[in-house]
Amino acid sequence: MNQNNHDYVKKPLPPKFGTYGLGFAALGLILSILALVADPVRASFDSLIVFVFLIGMGMCSLFLIGLEYLTGAVWSVPFRRIAEYLVPLVFIAPIFAIPVFFNFSHVFQWANPEYLTLHKTVMAKTAFLNPQFFYIRITAIIVLVGLFSIVIIRNSAKQDNNSDQNLTKKNIRLSAGLMPIFGLGITLIGIDWIMSLEPLWFSTIFGVYYFAGSLLTAFAAITLIAIKLKSFGALPSWITKDHFYNLGAFLFAFINFWAYIAFSQFMLIWYANLPEETFWFLSRTQGSWLYISIGIIFIKFIIPYAGLLSQPSKSNINRLKYVGWWIIFAQFFDLYWLIMPTFSKSGAVFSWTELGFPLLGLGLVMILFKYSYTKRNLIPIGDPKLKRAMDFHL
Amino acid sequence: MENKKLHSVVGLFSTPDSIIHAAEKTIEKGYKHYDINTPYPVHGMDSAMKLKPSTMGYFALAFGLTGTAVALSFMYWVFNIAYPLNIGGKPNFPLPALIPITFELTVLFAAIGTVLSLLFVFFKMPDNSNPLHDTDYIKHCTSDMFGLCIEAEDKLFSEAEVKDFLAGLGATNIESIYYPKINTLPIFTKNFIIFLLCSAIVVSGAVYFVTNKLMFMTPYNWMLNQDRINAQAPSDFFKDGFGMRDAVEGTVPRDFIPEEFKASPDSAGTFLINPLEMTDAVLAKGEAKFKTFCSPCHGNYAKGDSRLRGLFPNPPTLHSKKVRNWPDGRIYHVITFGQNVMPSYAKQLSRDERWAVINYVRSLQRAFNPKEEDFNESK
Repeated sequence: MNQNNHDYVKKPLPPKFGTYGLGFAALGLILSILALVADPVRASFDSLIVFVFLIGMGMCSLFLIGLEYLTGAVWSVPFRRIAEYLVPLVFIAPIFAIPVFFNFSHVFQWANPEYLTLHKTVMAKTAFLNPQFFYIRITAIIVLVGLFSIVIIRNSAKQDNNSDQNLTKKNIRLSAGLMPIFGLGITLIGIDWIMSLEPLWFSTIFGVYYFAGSLLTAFAAITLIAIKLKSFGALPSWITKDHFYNLGAFLFAFINFWAYIAFSQFMLIWYANLPEETFWFLSRTQGSWLYISIGIIFIKFIIPYAGLLSQPSKSNINRLKYVGWWIIFAQFFDLYWLIMPTFSKSGAVFSWTELGFPLLGLGLVMILFKYSYTKRNLIPIGDPKLKRAMDFHL
Repeated sequence: MENKKLHSVVGLFSTPDSIIHAAEKTIEKGYKHYDINTPYPVHGMDSAMKLKPSTMGYFALAFGLTGTAVALSFMYWVFNIAYPLNIGGKPNFPLPALIPITFELTVLFAAIGTVLSLLFVFFKMPDNSNPLHDTDYIKHCTSDMFGLCIEAEDKLFSEAEVKDFLAGLGATNIESIYYPKINTLPIFTKNFIIFLLCSAIVVSGAVYFVTNKLMFMTPYNWMLNQDRINAQAPSDFFKDGFGMRDAVEGTVPRDFIPEEFKASPDSAGTFLINPLEMTDAVLAKGEAKFKTFCSPCHGNYAKGDSRLRGLFPNPPTLHSKKVRNWPDGRIYHVITFGQNVMPSYAKQLSRDERWAVINYVRSLQRAFNPKEEDFNESK
């Protein structure tokens, strides 16, 4: 029944893992509730950061699964399950949208009637930017992407038992259908939840910007989890440096892709010098935001770029681990830079209130991972491409 | 055959798996000077041969950084030192605008530098010979088989032993490769020089034919032959046959202020007031203009002694009581519109120049008909 001569043995996660996850989640929950009591608007912004972080990561993990099916990629087959474990974040992330829901008109200025009477331009955008349509959009994205994810992941899990090649064919067709929905969905999330915080501002490249950052995060998370699993021996021995080299190369490529998109957005706005576009960047040079803005260049581009530039470093497990954590941090930093200036215009603010929601998010990701890991195999043992993945060499 | 120098012993394998296995065995045996020749890059070969990461990357990095430095410093020199130019109100060193060019030059330098260092450092370019060239072995290696070549330089090398070793691995077509009689091939043979000459003639002939016959274009002489009419030239286009046209009737030049009091010299005397004062600068200007435009008829001292020797009727003296008692505006009217034979000088003299001339005439009049206080002052 099972043609693949894999030597995969399911190994349980260390018992501490679940405890840590619960601990982080509990601590994060307490801190988040305290933050919500102390300053509900600020806490809503913090929660919004974690929402776009997690939903982007979840959706891009599904995108990577779809990409693997569509391109017939071989090297990524043993890592596909890790991405599958992360996809349910699409359903978990909306928890972080609840504080935003209760402070909606404080977070999104276009939902505030007083603001609308002052700004005729935004008034003209209300055909798109109104709360009802806003909720319809996000619900539609989550439901559609969620349906695709459920079917694709179920097919993939079924294959472990019967090694049916038709399931792969089905998933290829599903992935082709998923792509346009994913593209539209991630663009709309970027525009709705981040760009519309400044309803006067617009940038047509913003959806790609958010996609680039999210995909980078998904790659970093998959790399980190793979390295963690390898360190306690859950990955079979045939997963070599060559498999990790591909993860490193993709990380490096998408660091460059993000920088390219981010610079394109900045340079075109800087060069055209139109007041209705430049104010967004100008408001990010006020007070201490200037240092955050300059920091973005180093934190999200130059440091990880230099870290992965040389060829051996892309398969160096230790280096990949540090760069992975660094990119997770950089994505938070980037989202903080995108979202927080709307809340605090004069300068950057940071205190314990910002820590609660990321901790809760980390805890939830760990609990989700433990649940999915115990439920399903780490290696898709029935996948027809697994034999070639085992033989993969550079 | 015996006095030839041995280069290596080679053997051929038919599958990629067997060549990887052979590479691993060769490493195990301890051979250092050996090479694998394959028709395409075989996956896993680097690790089978236990190759260290190539140093090529450092060349690329060095050349890339050179490109970055060259682009930035050159553009800094252009924008700030050689030709400082403000473009669109941007700073003189607009870094964001220069990033794309810097990026392109970095890539260009890295790419070209890497290829050149590959050719000249790694392939030792001017020396283009290798004993493996023109052997059956390399012909198979570039089409259908995988070759292993163990070189005679190796310390462990012995021809018979290596041949046994290759046969043990399952290699076919095992043979010894010798250095050619001449180590480096002579370039300037007779045939090669004839080839060079022929190609030089063909290439230059082709270039001449293409650029002078096929693609010949007249030089740009648009500035010489323009569709316009020269000054004073006739034209068939217009009814009156004149090439030069008058301005449309009623056209007014820019900054044109019409002269007033054309037909009433007395009101000009009453209402026009000399705006200039009797300063040295004004008198100097007035003198210069008077000597240029007025003195030919009125004489250097305005006495009415024309230098034109009676070609025109002599103008009256300007020292007469009538002219002395005229207000400035009245004289201005004469200069502007003319009087009797005298034409208008409005085109030759600007308004200020006319007033300056009037001031100068006043000083001449005062010099020839001084007042009492002038003498008292000089005492």
